[in-house]
Amino acid sequence: MNIPKNLQYTKSHEWVRFDGETNVTVGLTDYAQQELGDLVFVNLPEQGDTITAGETFSDVESVKAVSDVYSPVTGTVEEVNADLLDAPEKINEDPYEAWLVQVKDITAKEELLSSDEYEKFIEEEKLNQNG
Amino acid sequence: MLIFDKGSKGRHGSYLPECDVPEVSLPDAEKRILPLDFPELSENDVSRHYSELARKAHGVNDGFYPLGSCTMKYNPKIDDDMASLEGFSCIHPLSAEEDSQGCMELMRGLEEDLCEITGMDRFTLQPAAGAHGEFTGLLLIKAFHRARGEEKIRTKIIVPDSAHGTNPASAHMAGFEVMNISSGADGCIDLDTLKSVCDHTVAGLMLTNPNTLGLFDRNIDKITAIVHECGGLCYYDGANLNAVMGIVRPGDIGFDCMHLNLHKTFATPHGGGGPGSGPVGCRKDLVRFLPGKMIEKNPETGLLQWEKESESIGDVRSFYGNFLVFVRAFTYLTMLGKTGVYETSSHAVLNANYMMHCLKDTYPVAFNRTCMHEFVLTLEELKEKTGCSALDIAKGLLDCGIHPPTMYFPLIVKEALMFEPCETESKETMDHAIEVLKKLKETAEKDPQSLHSAPHTTPVSRLDEVNAARHPVLRWTRSDT
Amino acid sequence: MGNFIPVSETDEKKMLEKIGIGTIEELFSDIPESCRMKGFPDLPEGKSEMEAAGIVRSLADKNKVYHRIFRGAGAYHHYIPAIVREVLSKESFLTAYTPYQAEISQGILQSIFEYQTYICELTGMEVSNAGVYDGAEAAAEAAAMCVEKERTQVLVSAAVHPDILSVVETYCFGSNAECKLVSEKHYVTDLSSLKEMIGPRTACVILQQPDFYGTIEDISAAEKLVHACGAKLILIVNPIASSILKTAGEYGADIAVGEGQPLGMPLSFGGPYLGFMAVKHDMMRKLPGRIVGETKDAGGRTGYVLTLQAREQHIRREKASSNICSNEALCALSAGVYCSAMGPDGIRKAALSSMNKAHYLAQKLSDTGFLPVSQGNTFHEFVTVSPFRVNEVMKLLSRHGILGGLPLKGEHEGEILWCCTEMNSRGEMDELVSILKKEGGTLC
Repeated sequence: MNIPKNLQYTKSHEWVRFDGETNVTVGLTDYAQQELGDLVFVNLPEQGDTITAGETFSDVESVKAVSDVYSPVTGTVEEVNADLLDAPEKINEDPYEAWLVQVKDITAKEELLSSDEYEKFIEEEKLNQNG
Repeated sequence: MLIFDKGSKGRHGSYLPECDVPEVSLPDAEKRILPLDFPELSENDVSRHYSELARKAHGVNDGFYPLGSCTMKYNPKIDDDMASLEGFSCIHPLSAEEDSQGCMELMRGLEEDLCEITGMDRFTLQPAAGAHGEFTGLLLIKAFHRARGEEKIRTKIIVPDSAHGTNPASAHMAGFEVMNISSGADGCIDLDTLKSVCDHTVAGLMLTNPNTLGLFDRNIDKITAIVHECGGLCYYDGANLNAVMGIVRPGDIGFDCMHLNLHKTFATPHGGGGPGSGPVGCRKDLVRFLPGKMIEKNPETGLLQWEKESESIGDVRSFYGNFLVFVRAFTYLTMLGKTGVYETSSHAVLNANYMMHCLKDTYPVAFNRTCMHEFVLTLEELKEKTGCSALDIAKGLLDCGIHPPTMYFPLIVKEALMFEPCETESKETMDHAIEVLKKLKETAEKDPQSLHSAPHTTPVSRLDEVNAARHPVLRWTRSDT
Repeated sequence: MGNFIPVSETDEKKMLEKIGIGTIEELFSDIPESCRMKGFPDLPEGKSEMEAAGIVRSLADKNKVYHRIFRGAGAYHHYIPAIVREVLSKESFLTAYTPYQAEISQGILQSIFEYQTYICELTGMEVSNAGVYDGAEAAAEAAAMCVEKERTQVLVSAAVHPDILSVVETYCFGSNAECKLVSEKHYVTDLSSLKEMIGPRTACVILQQPDFYGTIEDISAAEKLVHACGAKLILIVNPIASSILKTAGEYGADIAVGEGQPLGMPLSFGGPYLGFMAVKHDMMRKLPGRIVGETKDAGGRTGYVLTLQAREQHIRREKASSNICSNEALCALSAGVYCSAMGPDGIRKAALSSMNKAHYLAQKLSDTGFLPVSQGNTFHEFVTVSPFRVNEVMKLLSRHGILGGLPLKGEHEGEILWCCTEMNSRGEMDELVSILKKEGGTLC
């Protein structure tokens, strides 16, 4: 399970990288892509859209399911990763390179976990599922 | 091989005579320039092609089809015969009323039979499928609240999490917000949960009973009363009517409107995905909103005539609905008659309970109580022990010539397989299927790999659905060679 | 009397024993007494197949079957090759379920894939779905594909089939989209009215080609208007006409929809019919309903499978753009067989004959006092006035076994919408006119 130390994480399995105080890049974690299975399509917002912390801003499709992706921050979408529209499998292949959106003008954020905290959180989730 | 790869230039059938009047031509600006790249075939080519395709299809005529929630019962051939009568198939929908009295009488007769079976006051036959009917019924509810000035307030439809996907999708299409409620531990609606969400913002509830687990919710009259008390209406999804036809009427247990699936309960053939028909019935209060045209008898002339309801929501389809499907259902009902309806559902329920009892020691039942016309098994334990999932067992059935049951539905049961044998299956057919399912469990335990790669004897094995979705190829294209 | 229950009394006893109960009635003990029906439903006694057939046949006999039909208006009397009915009655097609289990359903899946290709070829578009309920519902679903946050207005031409208009309005009542009518002028869409109405809130404009009155509209001019304001063009087309008339794709439409009934489905008193929908690649993922795609199996064999399912209701539930589940699969199969049998030349012949004959009849009717009213070019339908009371004209023709054109209503009251297809021989048309000439004078 790959959990890079330089990133922050949400309980809904998104990773966040701060590129400045009010700019972030957001993607899905290795755990997320494993759980989701082979991704076939990603629905992304548009440049200029406002997204809100804790609300869905995107969804990802596998063959038999759709999963919501939750925004860790409130802000404006600066750029979306258009590569994913043709090659959603990049999220499976390299989840930390295959970013979904870059967000600017951030005014709020969700509770974010450090890589250690996220690792613990995943362990607990796994136990809860099996218990 | 695709039909587009068959035939050769210049080959053709001889269906039409030469035109016997002078030619006119279209203005150049409106002419089609794009070539029409259709294959050029003889009728022999066409006949053989579709015979080949028919060999790679699996109908009720090919074997047991216990798909839960689909009611794949036997389709009587007389129904198809009647539907192909010239006196039905050659009638233009915009014929004069006096020229189509037979069609109108059949539709009116079917409507009356359906009212009698369901306890509703009128039916529209216009919706072309169950989901179409759901959408229509929800629009009736919306129109009802609009007429009382409450359209903007009553914005929510309550849907249990066990519901078929069409329920929340229909609610969304009808402009409502979907409020999902969790099923209780017994798979039924928890009354306290329901009470807690019923308020003045609720437009209605969508429910099927028996529910998608095949269980009859004993509290059904309390449920509809709770919703009515907060001013909402109750919609009945009639997909599971084969369990209670002639035994319970949705109109008697508090439902205000509902749909039926003629292609399920009323034995019309599924056609590889359609056409079906989803008539929508309602109580007096909602009749004035019904779409399409109603059939009324003129008191003076005695002729049947078309009339539009005073506050009709409009139309959900052109013309009157899937008429030839009505012919089939009407023929079927004419044969069943007064007692046949009860015999059908009671035997559907007997068959399901019999299969369930025979299988429950092999695969755990999702809910341990008497089922109605269908039952759900959970293969969660089998998956943990052997790695074989519900999907693997289903694919194993394909190698045994048995169509798999419904997989992974309802969503609230893990590794679900839902069986609906229907009343038209014999004991020996079911016994054979039970033996096969028992053997598959043994195979899962001894040789799971063979099931992971099943089926082996079908024209193709498991297909790469990921690639199909990532790189969609949705039509034939001429290659350059 | 009639039932299809094979379980005998002996079998029933064994089954009840296995379950551990004495009678079938015990299986219904969960149902409170208060919910149970009292006695049997008030239906007639059941019948044998022979009796039931007699009853249903007598209803069929109460309808008047016309073999000489000059009425269209959304339901067209085209020649259906016998092979179409033959293929449709193959039980493994007729009684099969939706092909979710792809490995045993390759025949059905391939037939849908071929149908999708035929629709793309006819409409000049790139992607087709597996079909929806009918042309009217297809137009409504197309409008739903275009509506978005900032654009919630749906404009529909009054020159579109009235049923289509009604269905679009009903669906907009559901989705809370704003539906507005663009007026008709001289039997075509009033383009100056469209220009005034269209704006930044317009999601789409729905036009029909040829329109309800059979007139060939200036879609090129309309297309420019629609796209200039950033809205989408939904074009309702006739699939047989599309073999010779400029296609939706060539007009630059964003979505092509229409009624597939002319492709091998009998009149059937209005149904089952078939709605087709086709788009360019950019709108592919917005299409409702099933779509079949090509792929390979583990052994490298080509196969077909329902794909892009994540758009549909069973996965997206309340987030699905459409609730459609059962469609008109067998009708799509009819369309596929029809196209295969007729071939490109056969369909073009049907289209050309229909158009030629309609023009022939229009000329002859004009000489009899049934003057044409529209000014533009027509395809296979046209409108005339009537020198006699329309009801009387229809009755007169009916006495001679002819179904005349459709009497129009509303602001076109007193006018008749005629239709010709390849089925109307010259002799038939001459006779129609001759009857009107000879006996029209006796009508008021």
